[in-house]
Amino acid sequence: MSAQALVEIHDVNFAYGRRQILKGINMTFPKGKLVAIMGLSGCGKTTILRHIGGVLKPSQGFVKVDGQVVHELDQDTLYRLRRKMGMLFQFGALFTDMTVFDNVAFQMREHTDLPEEIIRDLVMMKLHAVGLYGTQDLTPAELSGGMARRVALARAVALDPMLIMYDEPFAGLDPISLTVVGELIRRLNDALGATSVVVTHDIQESLKIVDYVYFIANGMVVAEGTAEEVRASGDAFVRQFVYGEMDGPIPFHYPGADFNKDLGVRV
Amino acid sequence: MAIVKALRGIGSRVINAVWRIGYAARFFFKVLFYSGMSFRRFRLTVREIFFSGVMSLIIILVAGTFVGMVLGLQGFETLKRYGSESALGSLVALSLVRELGPVLTAILFASRAGSAMTAEIGLMKTTEQLSAMEMMAVNPVARVVAPRFWAGVVSMPLLAALFSALGVFGGYVVGVIMIGVDSGQFWSQMQSAVDFKGDILNGVLKSFVFGVAVTVVALFEGFDAPPTAEGVSGATTRTVVESSLLILMLDFILTAFMFRGD
Amino acid sequence: MERTTLDLWVGIFVVAGIGALVALAFKVGNLGTYNVRDTYQVQAYFNNIGGLKPQASIRSAGVLVGRVTSITLDSERYQAKVLMNIDSRYQFPTDTFANILTAGLLGEQYIGLAPGGEEKMLAGGDTIKKTQSAMVLEDMVGKFLYDKAAQESE
Repeated sequence: MSAQALVEIHDVNFAYGRRQILKGINMTFPKGKLVAIMGLSGCGKTTILRHIGGVLKPSQGFVKVDGQVVHELDQDTLYRLRRKMGMLFQFGALFTDMTVFDNVAFQMREHTDLPEEIIRDLVMMKLHAVGLYGTQDLTPAELSGGMARRVALARAVALDPMLIMYDEPFAGLDPISLTVVGELIRRLNDALGATSVVVTHDIQESLKIVDYVYFIANGMVVAEGTAEEVRASGDAFVRQFVYGEMDGPIPFHYPGADFNKDLGVRV
Repeated sequence: MAIVKALRGIGSRVINAVWRIGYAARFFFKVLFYSGMSFRRFRLTVREIFFSGVMSLIIILVAGTFVGMVLGLQGFETLKRYGSESALGSLVALSLVRELGPVLTAILFASRAGSAMTAEIGLMKTTEQLSAMEMMAVNPVARVVAPRFWAGVVSMPLLAALFSALGVFGGYVVGVIMIGVDSGQFWSQMQSAVDFKGDILNGVLKSFVFGVAVTVVALFEGFDAPPTAEGVSGATTRTVVESSLLILMLDFILTAFMFRGD
Repeated sequence: MERTTLDLWVGIFVVAGIGALVALAFKVGNLGTYNVRDTYQVQAYFNNIGGLKPQASIRSAGVLVGRVTSITLDSERYQAKVLMNIDSRYQFPTDTFANILTAGLLGEQYIGLAPGGEEKMLAGGDTIKKTQSAMVLEDMVGKFLYDKAAQESE
């Protein structure tokens, strides 16, 4: 398995100041697969992506991408590695001072010496792939939320990356855009022969498309499995998450002092 | 106890301020270090010259003309008491070239272009555009910050020169055309009083220094802004306040060096 | 290569800015009045130069003929040593009189040259021997009062 693993996360610990975010995370993303990382808001999912991209350094453990330990790379090698990664940010993070065309062409212009005609053709192909051919002269402000997300998707795959990361690709989308974006993530992954990581808390949408799921809570992997295994799982946490139950292993109440005591009620 | 608390508050503020200055200095060197791209791909810089320089033209031209006209009027009123109306030209030109041109241009530039830079970069940070760039293996300091820095440094002296030139013109309109000071005396007194090296070049040097100061403050505040709406608006305000104060302080220091003695 | 209007505006801006600098240098400043022609240097000693400054003009019969280049104190004579560059088109006799004058009551100070009758002309490196110092207001007032007092006591 590990011979074909594109990304290997080994016992990664990370803390913002005194707040421990990740506590010994282990994950493996096999080549060509679409993996989801799920968990509640603020449980450290995005932090994992930032470790893969080399933005953050683990306090313990390591992340290996394509055989290289990310946090040991110098700036040049890291940048060379990042060119082989695409990332879709939470709300697209399109460059607002550029047109759709320039957004998609951005990496091609920055990292290649391709002539402008070829860049034009490539950009049109990418836009066509996400169904937005014809929007190239619009600015990001003129796009709807779902369209912006698709343009960002086209930008993320502009250089045909080997690894595509999605940070909450479904956040704030209407049901139709949701299906479209989900379908695109699957199709792009297979068409490019890439490996994809989706960080999300939208379980229903992602279970339709992903191959494998990791559940994270309190900075630890609490459950994992294929989509079928997850659906059939009897694990209390997974059940609570999948069916959106109010109380369970994740308590409804903030762990404060005893409320009854505060009110002076004797039970 | 209250005193201890107050002292502790002051102390932490001072430490914080020094910390920020150090961080800003490191930021400045980083901008210089990654400036290569701004020259290799000069279009990036040209684009920013358009947004900071050309877009500030109107305010600078109008302000310069009116400041010159006020100088002409006030200067005439004062000089008349000593019967030296003919010195009006040198008064207007010296005030503009040495002080008002560079200083007022820099303050206007800070509020027009500097605040825009801060808001733009702060928003790019808030909407994760800078992180996205970083993830695309493009250094945001080289791609976004450095071209804006050089655009500001190029624009400021040009704007200050235009301000002073228009100001002299405004002084001429009021002094010579409206009040009737002798045109020949106006110009000849001006020319014998204003030294190219001592006054004009020093004025250009001043505006260059102010340009560096304003853009560094503006870009740093944007880059350092907390990624929230309040964070960006606070940073924009700080840009205008900090760079205006910095301009006036630097002006005193530079003036003390340049114009003492003779 | 697109966005030519943007380039055009930046071009206009840069040209206008440099134009303004040139205008300041030549029309407002003294760069246009610097003598780029050949000059020769002469010197003169004054007891008191008043407010004379380097770059002050040197005039003869009101015509600009040169510029003061440097002013130093001669530590042997305790007099101000003024070096001046004079346009080589103009020649002055060796007994020319150098006066420090003031343009108007509060104007700039300059050196006025009044030619003498000698046939030999000043050459580069020569010294103007006849000089008259700047009029210092305090001295004049003091002298006036002294004279007045002397008259009354007679």
